[in-house]
Amino acid sequence: MYYSILFYIFSFFVILSSVGVITSKNPVYCVLYLILAFINSAILFLFLNAEFLAMLLIVVYVGAVAVLFLFVVMMLNINIEEKKSKFLKFKPLSVILGSIILVEFLYFFIMDNSTLEKLSNTPNLEQKNNTISLGNILYTDFALLFQMCGVILLVAMIGAIVLTLRKRPGVKKQIIKNQVDTKKEDVIEVVSVKNNEGA
Amino acid sequence: MNFINDFGISVFGYSDFSSFIIIILKILAIVLPLLISVAYLTLAERRVIGLMQLRKGPNVVGPFGLFQPFADALKLMSKETIIPKEANKFLFLLAPMITFILALIAWAVIPFDENNVLADINVGILYLFAVSSLAVYGIIIAGWASNSKYAFLGALRSAAQMVSYEVSIGLIIITVLLCVGSLNLTDIVNAQKNVWFAIPLLPMFVMFFISVLAETNRAPFDLPEGESELVAGYFVEYSSMSFALFFLGEYANMILMSALTVTLFLGGWLPIIDVYPLNEVPGVIWFIIKIIFILFIFLWVRASTPRYRYDQLMRLGWKIFLPFSLVWVVLTAGFLVFFDIVPKSI
Repeated sequence: MYYSILFYIFSFFVILSSVGVITSKNPVYCVLYLILAFINSAILFLFLNAEFLAMLLIVVYVGAVAVLFLFVVMMLNINIEEKKSKFLKFKPLSVILGSIILVEFLYFFIMDNSTLEKLSNTPNLEQKNNTISLGNILYTDFALLFQMCGVILLVAMIGAIVLTLRKRPGVKKQIIKNQVDTKKEDVIEVVSVKNNEGA
Repeated sequence: MNFINDFGISVFGYSDFSSFIIIILKILAIVLPLLISVAYLTLAERRVIGLMQLRKGPNVVGPFGLFQPFADALKLMSKETIIPKEANKFLFLLAPMITFILALIAWAVIPFDENNVLADINVGILYLFAVSSLAVYGIIIAGWASNSKYAFLGALRSAAQMVSYEVSIGLIIITVLLCVGSLNLTDIVNAQKNVWFAIPLLPMFVMFFISVLAETNRAPFDLPEGESELVAGYFVEYSSMSFALFFLGEYANMILMSALTVTLFLGGWLPIIDVYPLNEVPGVIWFIIKIIFILFIFLWVRASTPRYRYDQLMRLGWKIFLPFSLVWVVLTAGFLVFFDIVPKSI
């Protein structure tokens, strides 16, 4: 009873903040709403006894990804009016995409019960700690798939670095090795100057 | 097993009113001593640094200056709260609250003694890591909402710094977890009954402490405040109680991070050696002594090291700590598997 009331309160906030993400005029507010949505969904994970996933959601998405979003968005100088007109321009396309996804979800969860049964094959959390169960699934049962995901992410990471890395001439950069390797003889010259003859 | 029950979130779910009251009393029993220690940490900081620099420090208010924190608090509270005209009022006031609340809620999972912990959840260390990774929001929101260049620059520096050092903190925590086989903080302390992790994992201990200095924005990594170039960094526009909340939050975070260091590496509530007169001392006392020791090093470092330059700070985090801690994770895992001493999960 109490759990279901709490559940509905938090789900309500998830939906409310998700709506806030796409309707706010100020992009910083959008990111803050997104963070609120993440935190509320983490709490929903707790209701499913999936505390490991809940903490991971907060650590990864709120603690790292959303911080970088906020970081970038705060530095942008977006004209709020301009953003609104663009939002309306994409309205027909977004309605079509949204309804396709909605139909797919409905088919998946209502019509096709067999996939749902396969998905609901979760380990018994009463006997096993959910960190351990998750570890078993990821690193033992599906180790190969997991490593492939890792390789794909690595490729994406290298790609991002290659795209943004450029050598610019004339940048003064401290090269620690050169600095440490510097010897006294290289940089200091001791000259004995005669009296009244120095520059 | 049930997180919600363990955590005591479901205050409505308690069978009777008295257990609800007991939870409230337990929370007060943690928060009040914490706030008093924050007050005295500020005094200790000024006194210790003063003595290290051959000054006296504040010694006038009360015996040995012991009433100085209360004088400071009264002065702060009597000041006017100023909200800049162009600031975003809601976020401007929200930011100090976030900082302060996050510094307090993390204490829910810290074990003070055997079986003496408010919420003995089985992902305790992850909870602490999550809360400490949220702490950056108080700073970044404050910087943005103030609508001031200095505050904003301070906030940007701080966000980049905290995100960078969190990576190495995470890897160091993984190293410890490999040696424990559990995410529960009580289990982590119990696993150190034979030897504190500071000894076999000494390099990790040192790196963890340095990363904690960066994570709490303390010297020599206090660039977000950088008074010489940024006035005071992200809280330059704050005054009165909103400033006090930032101040309290920062120092409570220092104590929290010291408690985390003690729990992970210095054996939490365990006595130094398990012999007769020492193991009769209550675990809480040992815990507090160790926290004070770590806090003293915090102050010592502040008194004796010059501030890093920002590119040096980033280099240290990404090019030295990250590879080193990653290699250490692999080495520890390899060592445990090779000698077949991987701790069995509970």
